[in-house]
Amino acid sequence: MNDTTKSKTRVDVAENLTKNPDAGVDTPFRRFISDYSDNKIATVAAVVLGAIIFIAIFAPFISPQNPYDLAQVSILDSKLVPGTKSLDGWTFWLGTDGAGRDLVSAMFYGLRISLGVGIMSGIIAMCIGASVGLAAAYFGGRTDNLIMRIVDIQLSFPAILVALILLALLGKGVDKITIALVIVQWAYYARTVRGSALVERNKEYIEAATCLALGHNRIVFRHMLPNCLPPLIVVGTIQTAHAISLEATLSFLGVGLPVSEPSLGLLISNGFDYMLSGMYWISFFPGVALLITIVSINLVGDQLRDVLNPRLQR
Amino acid sequence: MTVFIIRRLMQSILVVFIMSFLVFSGVNLVGDPVEMMVHDEADQAERERVIKAMGLDKPWYIQYARFVGNAAHGDLGKSFVYGEESLGIIVQRMPATFELALAALLLAIIFGIPLGVFTGLKPELRASKVIMAGSILGFSLPTFWVGLMFIMVFAVMLGWLPSTGRGETIGVFGIDVSFLTKDGLSHLFLPALNLALFKISLVIRLARAGTREVVHQDYIKFARAKGLSTKRVIFVHLMKNILIPVVTVLGLEFGGLIAFSVVTETVFAWPGMGKLIIDSIQNLDRPVIVAYLMIIVLVFVIINLIVDVLYSILDPRVRLQDVRA
Repeated sequence: MNDTTKSKTRVDVAENLTKNPDAGVDTPFRRFISDYSDNKIATVAAVVLGAIIFIAIFAPFISPQNPYDLAQVSILDSKLVPGTKSLDGWTFWLGTDGAGRDLVSAMFYGLRISLGVGIMSGIIAMCIGASVGLAAAYFGGRTDNLIMRIVDIQLSFPAILVALILLALLGKGVDKITIALVIVQWAYYARTVRGSALVERNKEYIEAATCLALGHNRIVFRHMLPNCLPPLIVVGTIQTAHAISLEATLSFLGVGLPVSEPSLGLLISNGFDYMLSGMYWISFFPGVALLITIVSINLVGDQLRDVLNPRLQR
Repeated sequence: MTVFIIRRLMQSILVVFIMSFLVFSGVNLVGDPVEMMVHDEADQAERERVIKAMGLDKPWYIQYARFVGNAAHGDLGKSFVYGEESLGIIVQRMPATFELALAALLLAIIFGIPLGVFTGLKPELRASKVIMAGSILGFSLPTFWVGLMFIMVFAVMLGWLPSTGRGETIGVFGIDVSFLTKDGLSHLFLPALNLALFKISLVIRLARAGTREVVHQDYIKFARAKGLSTKRVIFVHLMKNILIPVVTVLGLEFGGLIAFSVVTETVFAWPGMGKLIIDSIQNLDRPVIVAYLMIIVLVFVIINLIVDVLYSILDPRVRLQDVRA
């Protein structure tokens, strides 16, 4: 199936080349886009993910109300069924929670915090993990042994347990959960980067760079790192999905974010109390939002892995 | 072999010591234990008396040695909330957690292996594709939310199964278990399924990958050529060969089940260790938190040790490599 589509794109490219020499040049970026969009589901997931990120960034401008501005929230509106009209005349499409907040708005704001914490911790962990992994691969020997032993030991404990231990000791807060998520994740990045850096280290361009007497930093970050990026990006997407899910779980357990920073996990947790009396929507919809976010990130990550994996390419 | 086990054992002991040190310093440096022990109106003399009584005026290494010494005697302090030895409280709750984790493990095998082998043998069927899509969902669904939805559907809306607690328990060798009574079993099912969901997806994927690999091996072709029935080929030749990775990974994942039971226990109010630690963090019950952390580290170090040793027995390459290194 892949072969036919690919040969078709080749023909397209050839045709384009004759018509307009500039339009159909097979740049790596264009090839990446066309390979990626081979998979319809992954393309949809990428669009959904884009929409989610858009909502998260612009939540204050597009949500119907600011759910944490007491002047805009009325307790009289609390626990309304999805679709009810408010006293002011507009509709609560997904209902309201126990304090009378519009659930759509609360979810938009929640997405902002969930994604923010997840992506932020992912980026920090990626920087730390990649540096450590590169160092292990580049210097080898004892450094490598020591680092990888630490990584192995940490990865032998489940992520949720490590995060729980850290948060039990540190307490609640955005900064603390970010620290916990970074500590949980860095080892995955370190292992991934070391794996691909070990392969790169023995290639000729590194030898050439070494012969030019370039500094360690330059060789590692300017020559090795760019060649280790594809697996890093894949692990990055999957890990970010994990981090978002883990943050939601920890917040639900009451050890993650404080009540003043309501992520999706906290919204679900708040709804738990009402659920037993049949008010399902307060927990249900934030959960669906969380699920869509995680699934779309995972699908994008899966497709990235297929596209960026050189072994699967022609 | 002996060399490998000894090396591995030393590493485990080292990990336990490092973790005990981290927990100790976390509790004593990040938080202020004196604040927890004295009441608000205590004067300076009272505070000093408490500091002296708790040995907090000594240098940190003496404090740490005392902590380790006490821990080795099983003394991790009295719970502020329950007023009992914190270690005892945790040990009491342990069977509930292990029962839940084992039940989930069983469900993962019962559902995971047949579905995985089926999708591996017939990947082109629509049913297989649905199962695989379901397994992606199983990986992505946050456990706690699925638990909530289970409660909503099966307990609140349909009213089929209870949603909280362990139900009626029976003592077996002094340990209370739920799975032997009908009531207990109905209480066990939802939490166990909730906990198992992730592992079911994992087993489906492993079994499928294993099946697809093994199906093309020469010994399967040979068994077929010999004229053996499909049933025998699948259940004897194929199963035997896919089971090794599945069993190893499941063994590794048992620790994960115990860790994740924290979530399931909180959702279903299952009175195990996980619910205890969450309650204790909420109540700032430090002795119980410390005792839980130490015990869970110990449990994991033991699980990892067993898995590694078993692995080295199953796959000799592992131990040869380690001895050389």
